[in-house]
Amino acid sequence: MSEDICLRASNLSVFYKNRKRKLFSKNKKIQALFDVSFEMKDGEVLAIAGESGSGKSTLARTIVGINKDYTGEIYQKYDRPQMVFQDPYSSLNPAKKIGWLLKEPLRVDRSCKWSEAEAQKRVEEIMEEIELPLAILDRYPSQLSGGQRQRVCIGIALMRSPKLLIADEPVSALDVTIQAQILELIDNLHRKHGISIIFISHDLRVVYKVSDHVLIMKNGRVEEYGSTRQVYREPQAEYTKQLLKAAGIK
Amino acid sequence: MEIILDVTDLHIEFHDHDQPEVAVEDFDLMLGEGEIVGIVGESGSGKSMSALAIAGLLNRKSLTKSGRIMFDGTDLLTCDRKKLRSYQGDEISIIFQEPMTSLNPVKRIGWQVEESLYIHHREISKEDRRKRAVEMLGSVGLADAENVYYMYPHELSGGMRQRVMIAAAMIGNPKILIADEPTTALDVTVQAQIVELLKKINRERNTSIIFISHDLSLVSQLCQRVIVMQHGNIVESGRCSDIFSRPRHLYTKRLIAAIPRIDLGDDKDRR
Ligand SMILES: Nc1ncnc2c1ncn2[C@@H]1O[C@H](COP(=O)(O)OP(=O)(O)OP(=O)(O)O)[C@@H](O)[C@H]1O
Ligand SMILES: Nc1ncnc2c1ncn2[C@@H]1O[C@H](COP(=O)(O)OP(=O)(O)OP(=O)(O)O)[C@@H](O)[C@H]1O
Ligand SMILES: [Mg+2]
Ligand SMILES: [Mg+2]
Repeated sequence: MSEDICLRASNLSVFYKNRKRKLFSKNKKIQALFDVSFEMKDGEVLAIAGESGSGKSTLARTIVGINKDYTGEIYQKYDRPQMVFQDPYSSLNPAKKIGWLLKEPLRVDRSCKWSEAEAQKRVEEIMEEIELPLAILDRYPSQLSGGQRQRVCIGIALMRSPKLLIADEPVSALDVTIQAQILELIDNLHRKHGISIIFISHDLRVVYKVSDHVLIMKNGRVEEYGSTRQVYREPQAEYTKQLLKAAGIK
Repeated sequence: MEIILDVTDLHIEFHDHDQPEVAVEDFDLMLGEGEIVGIVGESGSGKSMSALAIAGLLNRKSLTKSGRIMFDGTDLLTCDRKKLRSYQGDEISIIFQEPMTSLNPVKRIGWQVEESLYIHHREISKEDRRKRAVEMLGSVGLADAENVYYMYPHELSGGMRQRVMIAAAMIGNPKILIADEPTTALDVTVQAQIVELLKKINRERNTSIIFISHDLSLVSQLCQRVIVMQHGNIVESGRCSDIFSRPRHLYTKRLIAAIPRIDLGDDKDRR
C-alpha cells in the first residue's frame, strides 16, 4: 500500500435497520450504500456530491465510525477524523456555552495537555478564523443565528488541527460572502497544515472551487469518480451530465 | 392589492447578558395579499428573529419586543396566547431554518405533517388527513411518500427532512407562509421544484410568502420585492429587479459580486 494514502474505502456497503413500519411489511435491513470504493492521498480535497438521499452523509458517518453495520474495508492512516455535521443545531449540546463547546476537543486530547491559557488562546484564534465576535463565547447555541451555529461547528472541528476533516454541507446556511470566507479558511488549512478534507456539498459550483477529486453519488452508488477538472470537462456518466446542466455549468 | 400583514417599528432586544443586545431595530414590512417578499442579509442580521416574531414564536422571558405586527385586525405582538395559537400553523405558518429544531424525534413523519390539520381542522377524517399528507409529501419531491409517511426523522437524510418540514407548513393552506432558508440542504433540481411549488400555491391559493434566503438567484426568481438587512436594520428595500441591477448598499453589492461563477476553460478560478 502506498505511503501517502490517508484513506481508502474498498467495496463499502452500509445497512440500516428497517423497523417494522406497517403491520405486514417484512423486517429486513435496508441497504444505503452499494460497493463504494475510493482512495484519498494526504493533503487532498475530495468532494462528494449527488442528490438528496443518495448516501453522502451515510458514507461520512461510516468513515468516522458512527454507522457500524457495513461490509467492505476502510483503511485510515490517522485516527480521529473530525466531522462537521449537516445539522448544526442537533450536534451542539444545548446546555453548554459556546466557549465550553470549543474547548471540549482540547479537554479530551490525550496526545497533549492544554493549559487553560493555551486553550483560551486557541479558542480566540479559531474565533477569528470563523469571523465570530468573542462575546459569542458566553452564549448558548440557542442564542445564535443559524449561520453562526454552522461556523461554531466548523470551529470545534478545527480546534485540534485534525489530519482529516469531514465536512457535511458546511456552508449551506451561509450567504456567498461568508461562504467564500469559510472556503478560504478551509483552503488555508489545507495549504498551511496539509490536512485532507472530505467536502460534502450539493452545490456543484462550490465543489468545483474547492476539490481535487469528486465522487458523484446516486441511490447509494458511485456514478462517477475522478479528478474534478476532468469530470467537469468531460463527464462520463449521464447523471453527472444532468447535474452539471441543472447547475448551469454545462 | 390588499395588505394582509403590516409590521411597523419592530424592535427585538435580548437581556440574557450583561449588556442588552439588539437583534432587530426599526423593522417595517408591508405584505400584500398574494405577494412574495424576499429577505436577504448577512448571517446574524436578524432575519430569523423577525420571522419568528411574525409567526408569534418569540416568547422568551429574556427578551423585549416592541412595535406592531398587524394581521387580521389583531396585533400579534400583544394579543393573547389563545388567539395567537388559533393563527399559528393555520393562517400563518413557518418553515424553520433548521429541520431538527422543529421535527419531533419520537413521532413518525405522517404525524408531523398532519399535526396542523389535527389541531385546526378536526372535521377532516383520519383517512383524509393521511391522504393529504401523502400527497403533500409527494409534491415536495419525496419519491417514496407512502413509505416516508411511516418513518422517523432520524431515518431521513438532511434534504428529506427539510422537505418534510415544507410539506408540514403548507398542508393547512396558510394565508401567510414564512420560509426561512427552506432549500439550503437541497440540490438545484429539488430546489427548482420547491420554488415551483411555492409559486404554485401563491398563484392558486393566493398565499402570501415571506422568503428568507441567502441565495440571490432564488430570491430573484421568486420574489417581487426584497428587503436587505444588516446588523438588525433594513438597509435597502424595493423591487427585486431594481435592487439587483442597481444595488446601493455596500453589502448588497458584495453579495452580488460574490456569486460564484464558473468558467471551465479557465483555471484561475480554482486553487
Ligand atoms: N438511521 C437510518 N435508518 C434508516 N434509513 C436511513 C437512516 N439514515 C439514513 N437513511 C436512509 O439512507 C438514505 C441515504 O441517506 P443520507 O443521509 O446518506 O443521504 P444524503 O446523500 O446525505 O442526502 P442529503 O443531501 O439530503 O443530506 C436515505 O434514503 C435515508 O432515508
Ligand atoms: N438569546 C440571545 N441573546 C443575544 N443575542 C441573540 C440571542 N438569540 C439570537 N441572538 C442574536 O440575534 C442576532 C440575529 O439573529 P438571527 O437568527 O435573526 O440572524 P439571521 O439573520 O437569521 O442569521 P443567519 O443567516 O445566520 O441565520 C444574531 O446576532 C444572534 O447572535
Ligand atoms: Mg446528508
Ligand atoms: Mg437565520
